[in-house]
Parts: sequence; C-alpha cells; structure tokens
Amino acid sequence: MICCAVAAAPLAWYGLSSVKDSLELAQVPPSLLPSSFTLDNYAGLFLRRPFAAYYLNSIVIAALAALLCTSCASLAAYRLARAPKRFRSRVASFLLILAFFPPIVLVFPVYELVRFAGLVNQPWGLIIPYAALNLPFAVWLLTGYMEQIPYELEEAAAIDGLTAFDTYRKIIMPLAIPALTTAFLLVFIFSWNEFMFALTFMNLESSRTVTVGVATLSGAFAYEIPWGLLAAGIVVSTAPLIAAVAVFQKRIVAGLTAGGVKD
Amino acid sequence: MSIIVPKRMREILWFAPASLLVVLIFVYPILRTLILSFLNLNLETGFQAHFAGLGNFARLLADSRFHSSLKITALFTIVSVVLEFLLGLLLALAVEKLKKGRRTARTFLLIPWTLPTAIIAVLWMWIFNDQYGVINAILLKIGIVDSPLAWLGRPQTAMSTIIMADVWKAFPFVFIVLLAGLQGIPKEMYEAIEIDGGTAWHKFRYVTLPYLLPFIFLALIFRIVQAFAVFDLVYVLTGGGPGGATETVSVYGYYTYMRYLDFGYGGALVVAIVLVLALTAWALYSLLLRKYEMGR
Repeated sequence: MICCAVAAAPLAWYGLSSVKDSLELAQVPPSLLPSSFTLDNYAGLFLRRPFAAYYLNSIVIAALAALLCTSCASLAAYRLARAPKRFRSRVASFLLILAFFPPIVLVFPVYELVRFAGLVNQPWGLIIPYAALNLPFAVWLLTGYMEQIPYELEEAAAIDGLTAFDTYRKIIMPLAIPALTTAFLLVFIFSWNEFMFALTFMNLESSRTVTVGVATLSGAFAYEIPWGLLAAGIVVSTAPLIAAVAVFQKRIVAGLTAGGVKD
Repeated sequence: MSIIVPKRMREILWFAPASLLVVLIFVYPILRTLILSFLNLNLETGFQAHFAGLGNFARLLADSRFHSSLKITALFTIVSVVLEFLLGLLLALAVEKLKKGRRTARTFLLIPWTLPTAIIAVLWMWIFNDQYGVINAILLKIGIVDSPLAWLGRPQTAMSTIIMADVWKAFPFVFIVLLAGLQGIPKEMYEAIEIDGGTAWHKFRYVTLPYLLPFIFLALIFRIVQAFAVFDLVYVLTGGGPGGATETVSVYGYYTYMRYLDFGYGGALVVAIVLVLALTAWALYSLLLRKYEMGR
C-alpha cells in the first residue's frame, strides 16, 4: 500500500497546491497543507491563458485521432483475423517493428508533409499522424480479439446473403465492442499525452494542445514561475485521464497486456 | 479470372485506409530520413540539397556531442529500466498474494502510467525546485542538508531527477504486465512443488520464472525502446542541460532538426539511433527468448 501512496502523493500535493493563494505559494519553505482556499489559479488559467482553446484542441484532436485509428484498424484487423496464418504473422511482425521506431525518426519528415499539405496549426495536422502512430498497436489488439469470434457466425450470414461489409458492420462490430472501446480509449490517451509532434506542428498559441500548453506554461512568464497556474494546469489537464482510469481500468489493463496474454 | 480480380480488389479495400496511414506516416518518413542522411541540406547550403555521400556519417564518428549523448542515453536506459523492472516485479509478486485490494492497487498504479510525460516533468520540476520544492523542504527539516540543493542545476543530480521521474511513471507498466502474467500461472504447479518439499525459491525458480519469461520479455523490450527514445522528460526538465549533461540522443536529434535546421545531419543522426536500437533489441531477443525456447 506504500506504493499506492508513492504513486498518488505527488498528484495530491498538486491538487492541494492548486487551491493555495499566491502568498502561500511564495512561502519558503512551502506549506504541506493549504491554509488558504482560492479558485483564482483555475480562473487565471482560463482568463489569463488560452486554456479553453487548448482544452478544446486536445479533445477534438484526441477524439478524432482515436476514431480514425480505431476505424481503419478494425477494418484491417477483421480481414487479418480471417487471413492465412503466415500472412497474419508477417503483418504482425511488420507492425511491431514500426511501433518500435522512436518518434524522433518520424518528426521531421512528417513535419515536412504536414507543412506541404498546409496543415500546420490545423487539428488535422496532428489527427492524421496520431491515428497512424497508434495504428500498429490498434491492429494488433483488435486482430487478437477478432480471431476469437467464431467463424460459423459469418457462414450463417453468408447463407442469409449478407455482403462481407454488412457482415462486418452488423455481426462483427457489435461483438467486438469491448476491444473497440479499449483501442479507442488507449489511442485517445496516447494522443492526449503526445508532446513532440504537438510541440512542433502547432506553433500558434491558439492551436496548442493542453499537454504542450502546461509544459510550456512557465516559459510564457519572463520573471517568475507561475506555480499556482502550473498546479491548476496539471490538475485540469490530467483530470480526464484520471477519470478514464477510474472508470475503465479493466479495459485499459486488458489493452496493455493484450500482447502478453495471447502467448 | 474475371471473378478473381474483383475479389482481390475488394480484399484490398479492407486494408486501404490503414495502409494509406502507414505509408504516409511511417514508410515515407523512414525512406525520407534515409535520403536525408546522404544529403547536405542546411542553412549553409541555403536549404538546397547537395549529395554528401557518407559525409554526414563521417561527421557523426567525430562528433563528441553525439558520443556523449549516446552514453547519456545508454546510462539513462539501463538505470531506469533496471529500477523499473525490479520495482515492478517485486510489487507484482506482493500484490498477487493479496486477497483484497488488488483492483485498488492496480487503479492507483495505472494513474502515473496514463498521465502525459511532459506534464509529469512539470510536476517533478516543481517538487525538485531548489526554493519552492517539497523535497528540499523535507530534507532541510530532517536535517540531511543544511542549504537547499539545486537538483536540476548540477549534472549528477539532474540525471537522477530525470531517472526518478521516469521510474515513477513507468514501473507501473512493468507491474501491470507482470501481474497479468502471474495471474495466469496455474496454482496446481505450486502445489506440486510443495508436495515434493520444495522451498519458496524453488517455486519462484521452476514455476514463476519460466511462466513469466514471455511477459518479462514483453515488458523489457517495450521499456528499453521507450527509455532509449526519451524526449519529453529531458526537454521539459532540463532541456539537455546543465552543460549537455542530460542531453539524450532524441533531444540532440530534435535540436539538430528544429533548432540548427541541419536536416541532412539530423537524418544521419536518426539513422544511427535506429541502428543502435535495432542492435540492442536483437541482442536482447536472442539472449532472452532463445533461453526461453531452450527451457521448454
């Protein structure tokens, strides 16, 4: 249980610090428990800094990337799950190798592409790369799940005269909802968290994502580090993720361990 | 034939969207990086591409900043992955024994793993701040130090801070993967050893470890690849400083591309990074998995 405390302590300290007033925050040494209570830091985040825009950007980008990635991956994964084993394992190892490429390999050529397409500072400039970056993982996860859906269901559908696409849409997709949810959630989280591409492709203040917004917050002030804003920013930017973990922990764990469990 | 061709076409359609994404964001950029590595393309050439032959790679061999970043990255990767692995393994073994609270433990530990690394960097930046940080406040109070330490301002403590932040974020991943592995071990195996009068060590050595090996391999390879590519933590916490003491290969590569605008040399740097990473992964694979297959 000590480890749970270790995991939670830094976050708790931030939560507590975010409601301290500026006087108390400037105290040396810092106080552990707040003696003041104020929501000024939260207000400042949205009034003094364009946090509402950051937030909206992050939500739109992460949600659309997760949707695009899961859709493309599920189409491919379905056919892959029904393909000969040799083909399947070849594609799987190809995807695994791609997933191991560090982002620094891709960042500059993708930036060239994004600029060429006129998508710098546009949400699509991140949505498409994020969908692609998470595709190997999503295909891997979904193929494993779809393999377990019995083939007899599709034979019955074929006898009823359903086309392949209808079979996928009406039979396979509803059955794969747990895996689709896991894939969507994890791609959403990974996209929300991504830093290097977001830092590089979005250089206008108004098109930044929350993650880059918080990480570059202290650089926006010349002479002081805005501790109060930072604390509130950390709370606000991580709250949706913590909520997702609390609600969907089982699905997330299933996703993270999918590769191992298959063995 | 007239039937086979359209059927093939239809089959391709299923893969078309995913393939398009992969070609655009993986295949093309990787090829482009390879091309870049053989070009002179920077401010000096007025961003006109000239063929450089192996010039960029020759420069790499003599670049002491690159060598130092490689060493720093290797040190960071080894120390943090070893710590994460040990912590994750011990914790997974402990939590597996729990009757209650397994779920709660998993939820709590999942939180650091799901948070953005860049934001975790900000979090530790404050905790380790010399004046306002809680670490110095505690150390001063207990009396371990008499004046506040500038954690991020000195080469060694800056590296330890970055490693600590990484361990805090990533050991839960090892824990979750290994716990899943432990839960799949049939309990009869342990009972069999008990009947034969085996000790706890025997149980670990002959049941737990062999069963866990594929999970260990999975966790290690993911962690090594990610730790080797570390960027967010360093960029936000120290920017590679003080004096380049924490500059990892990804950070150096990023500066070469985006700050020095030396795209040809950046390409060569990145190719070298991938080669080192591929060699490491291959070595680990042959070491661990071959042993596993022989054990079977």
